[in-house]
Amino acid sequence: MRLTIADVEHVAALARLGLTVEEKERMRDQLSSILGHIEALNELDTDAISPTAQTINLTNVMRDDVVKPSLSREAVLQNAPRTTDGFFEVHTPLGGEEGESS
Amino acid sequence: MTELTNLSAAEARRMLDGRQISSVELTDAHLARIEALDEQLFCHLHVMSDVAKSQAIAADKRIAEGAQTSMTGIPVSLKDVLCTTDAPTTAASKILEGYRSPYDATVVARLREQGAVFVGKANTDEFAMGSSTENSAYGITRNPWNTNCVPGGSSGGPAVAVAAGEAIVSLGSDTGGSIRQPAGFCGVVGLKPTYGRVSRYGLIAFASSLDQIGPFTRTVEDAAIVLEAIAGKDPSDSTSAPIPVPSFRENFSLDLTGTRIGVAQEYSVSGMEPGVESAVVAAIDQLRALGAELVPVSLPHTKYALPTYYITAPAEASANLSRFDGVKYGLSKEATSIREMYEQTRGEGFGPEVKRRIMLGTYALSSGYYDAYYVKAQKVRTLIKQDFDRAFEQVDAIVAPTSPTVAFQFGSRTDDPYQMYLADVFTIPANMAGIPGLAVPCGFSGGLPVSLQILGKAFDESTILRIGHAYEQSTTWHKERPNLG
Repeated sequence: MRLTIADVEHVAALARLGLTVEEKERMRDQLSSILGHIEALNELDTDAISPTAQTINLTNVMRDDVVKPSLSREAVLQNAPRTTDGFFEVHTPLGGEEGESS
Repeated sequence: MTELTNLSAAEARRMLDGRQISSVELTDAHLARIEALDEQLFCHLHVMSDVAKSQAIAADKRIAEGAQTSMTGIPVSLKDVLCTTDAPTTAASKILEGYRSPYDATVVARLREQGAVFVGKANTDEFAMGSSTENSAYGITRNPWNTNCVPGGSSGGPAVAVAAGEAIVSLGSDTGGSIRQPAGFCGVVGLKPTYGRVSRYGLIAFASSLDQIGPFTRTVEDAAIVLEAIAGKDPSDSTSAPIPVPSFRENFSLDLTGTRIGVAQEYSVSGMEPGVESAVVAAIDQLRALGAELVPVSLPHTKYALPTYYITAPAEASANLSRFDGVKYGLSKEATSIREMYEQTRGEGFGPEVKRRIMLGTYALSSGYYDAYYVKAQKVRTLIKQDFDRAFEQVDAIVAPTSPTVAFQFGSRTDDPYQMYLADVFTIPANMAGIPGLAVPCGFSGGLPVSLQILGKAFDESTILRIGHAYEQSTTWHKERPNLG
């Protein structure tokens, strides 16, 4: 199965990944080829098989709900590209093209 | 190689404790080695000279007080996906250039408390995605056995650090073979512990159900020593297992009588290099000579592990890497809308292989394809795990080649991503099943190291380390060193 450029653009938009025209072409070829190899999985009948998401037999690992020291605000913000008054600064997410879908 | 940069951690421990050497001398020798070799090999992204020197002074003081641990004063290199407060952590990506973590990874904190000496942050494929370290945004690392060849990956830097004498031990991470495969390509020991054995807190996440941290060492005994130092339940990682950490060296024996070792026919594929096959066959004969009983086993879904992995790992990666949004840390582009800022930041900050995996994973998780790809892969993962469960009813461990080839030349697999992925065909199944795997040097082909992989039951690292130790001590492969002048 061969992806279309529209497929590539749709997935890139979902991933919020900016791609150049050249990158989209290359991605189309390479992803189509990789997905072709992955189709080998269809040789297996897995209707009666339950999925495995993780291999360790742990469920609902809980801890006591107690307050403990955490990182300081300065430490948390030390790598932030933009801050204002001790907060992370972001573009307004509403009203722009991101709109209500975000 | 001077004597001080040719020691195992166990030998260094004896010399440090016997006051034959100081940690300052040992550390200076390794820093000098980095200085002399890294222009050529490019093993380290950041050399931690000042940190190492002060840790070495503190280690000598601790030894003088008799309060040392197995790791006190031992020079260690850390893969640059492990967060450190006193050196940058970049995951070899432009998107994290200059990032300084406000906390240590748990493995780093544990080694720090035990008095280890951190010599540097080692190169890797960007976000640990790759099999050759050619995907680092900062440059290629060269294989010390042949500098025209890759060191393997993604933990190429940590593997070369130990192979070339730039550190006595190093830590890497293994999601589909990223410890075992470069250990094999560089002729050192590499251990991927059981999923859950070692805390992943502070490891920059690639695929959270597969990632595991483990050591590179010159001997199997050292791998046991380092695992004892880093393993165990951590409240900061809810997937770390509440299972006691044994002394992995306790049952070491050079006699393997009574040990049942499986050999799987599925681990012999077309395209396997004859020199690899003959070295592995000879290693299996040696295990028999040591008293082990060799038992044929079947792992019929082995060939499906690679396509399963290339859905599961990218799907988890696409979710994990969504945190790189230009807001909290790292690269951030100026743009007129938040969406444009995300797309430009991520488009510029991520390299080609990382973008490929984000795209593949996003596709597999997207509406209309989720069942056909992601759920299908999770079901096949069950079959792969069941293969191992059945085999381990008959045997204590399974042996196989670590990789189908020895180290390949730079550029030889970069044009076709799937060719690169095939380098991990023998290592991926262990990650899918969550079981431990040990890579041990077992010979040479065309002047490049060949590696034997020993796979074990979940949380039974003791058995694979015991087998690996017995094999290693009955051969001389682990004493071979690359000629670096």
